[in-house]
Amino acid sequence: MSAGLVEHDNTHNAAVHRATAQRLSRAYERREATDPVIDGHPHLGVDDAYAIQKQQVAGWIESGDEIVGYKVGLTSRAMQIQTGVDQPDYGHLMRSMFELGHFPIPSTRFIQPRIEPEIAFILARPLSGPGVTMADAVRAIDCLLPAIEIIDSRIRDWQLTIVDTIADNASSGGVVLGGHPVSPRSIDPRLAGCVLHLNGEVVATGAGGAVLGSPLNSLVWLANALGSLGVTLEAGHVILSGAMTRAQSVRPGDTVSAHLAGLGSVGAVFATDTQEAA
Amino acid sequence: MAGPERSWTSEIVAELLLDAEARRTPTEGIASRWPEFDLDAAYRAQDLAVRLRVARGERIVGVKLGLTSVAKQRQMHVDTPSIAWLTDTMELAPGTAVPTDRLIHPRAEPEIVFVLGSELCGPGVTAARAMQSVASVVGGIEIIDSRFTGFSFTLPDVVADNNSSSRYITGSLQLPPDGLDLALEGCLLEVDGQVVDSATGAAILGNPAHALAFAANELAKRGQALEAGWVVLTGGLTEAVPLHPGSRVAAHFTHLGSIVIKAE
Repeated sequence: MSAGLVEHDNTHNAAVHRATAQRLSRAYERREATDPVIDGHPHLGVDDAYAIQKQQVAGWIESGDEIVGYKVGLTSRAMQIQTGVDQPDYGHLMRSMFELGHFPIPSTRFIQPRIEPEIAFILARPLSGPGVTMADAVRAIDCLLPAIEIIDSRIRDWQLTIVDTIADNASSGGVVLGGHPVSPRSIDPRLAGCVLHLNGEVVATGAGGAVLGSPLNSLVWLANALGSLGVTLEAGHVILSGAMTRAQSVRPGDTVSAHLAGLGSVGAVFATDTQEAA
Repeated sequence: MAGPERSWTSEIVAELLLDAEARRTPTEGIASRWPEFDLDAAYRAQDLAVRLRVARGERIVGVKLGLTSVAKQRQMHVDTPSIAWLTDTMELAPGTAVPTDRLIHPRAEPEIVFVLGSELCGPGVTAARAMQSVASVVGGIEIIDSRFTGFSFTLPDVVADNNSSSRYITGSLQLPPDGLDLALEGCLLEVDGQVVDSATGAAILGNPAHALAFAANELAKRGQALEAGWVVLTGGLTEAVPLHPGSRVAAHFTHLGSIVIKAE
């Protein structure tokens, strides 16, 4: 391939990345799902998808938001089989995504939200890959918190390929963190059980090991994946390690709570339509 | 089966299913051949079959619960669990491989198991009362093996088939129930070293204690009680996974330790 052709390809790809990032941004603004990213662009790969994700993050930072952590997704065997991948993916957690338990969350913030119970790691010191080991990761953790991740997709009906979800910030939506910090020294997150209640009923149960064999493996993977791109996990960053159970759809008025053995519980309330009108 | 239909009884069903097990040859559903076959007739067949087992020298060592998850109940269009008998020949000693050559199409599922310290007799047993009779809690793996072709059955079918009971193994760690939150007791299921599923005790009717109370109350309807020393398998925490020769299944619990089985 001649240098001229490569250059043409790069210019073309950059244009596709820009257009796709803009289309996803419009989906956020209009709160209306859009067509899959790969429709009309079947050649797009995982690297293209992360480039599209990065463009949106740059836009959010420009408008005053801030990266405060990352989420790791596609961490369960079931999800990896469903998506046809053998690797997790990651998305950026922005400051504006964080919600508080007890306070009704406006459902209008989302398009087609689902919730997942997770273990969140809060870092005490930077963690910089590549070459991060389990020992490095454990030493970098300040504490663990129970978390409810609100995932959402800007792609119509969650019709996702791996490229679609990565381009769409790994289907991130919102985060609610519990407030009782637990030291990594006092818990084995791999064997921690999790019970998810939706409107008072048990809808799913699971254990930490459903996440890549252990939620700590998520942290190690993320530090090394970002490290190979020259990105460091910073002190204070929040890392959502991945879903301990299957995701559950939520609607306005729903109440969810996740109980994690050794970590306490965390809840989220979704505003009713009337609460939102008020 | 060709020819005129024989007149069905619970005795015939019991013998047919024991025979299917002995010959490792699955049979078609009973309900499709005997339209009047209902749950009462199914439990009669189950009781007759266990009496035949006892007559040939087996000893009843406990009970197991089935259909304890909302998902399985919906699948079978029922809203209560079912109960079945365990005998001493079903227990696998630690380190023993699962003899798949003697089974039809075995599957494994992790369970929370109670060992009773005193008799528990319904009716009217609550979860709190039930837990008072528990001497210890252990982790376990149950091997189920339906005597019906392709694990395809109706509710009366599976009840008559002793809830697909085949083998079980319990962990070596016995914990007193005090201080254990069984709803949050987590379990990781691994096949050949890979996590395939996970759950907690809340998957069993919200708490395995409710399964134990249900067992006592259900047996009371049949004039029976749970006896001291019996084991109670409270129901599959996850979906059952197929067991192939050579496969290794492990259940890792938050507090109840690990149980590993090998199939050969």
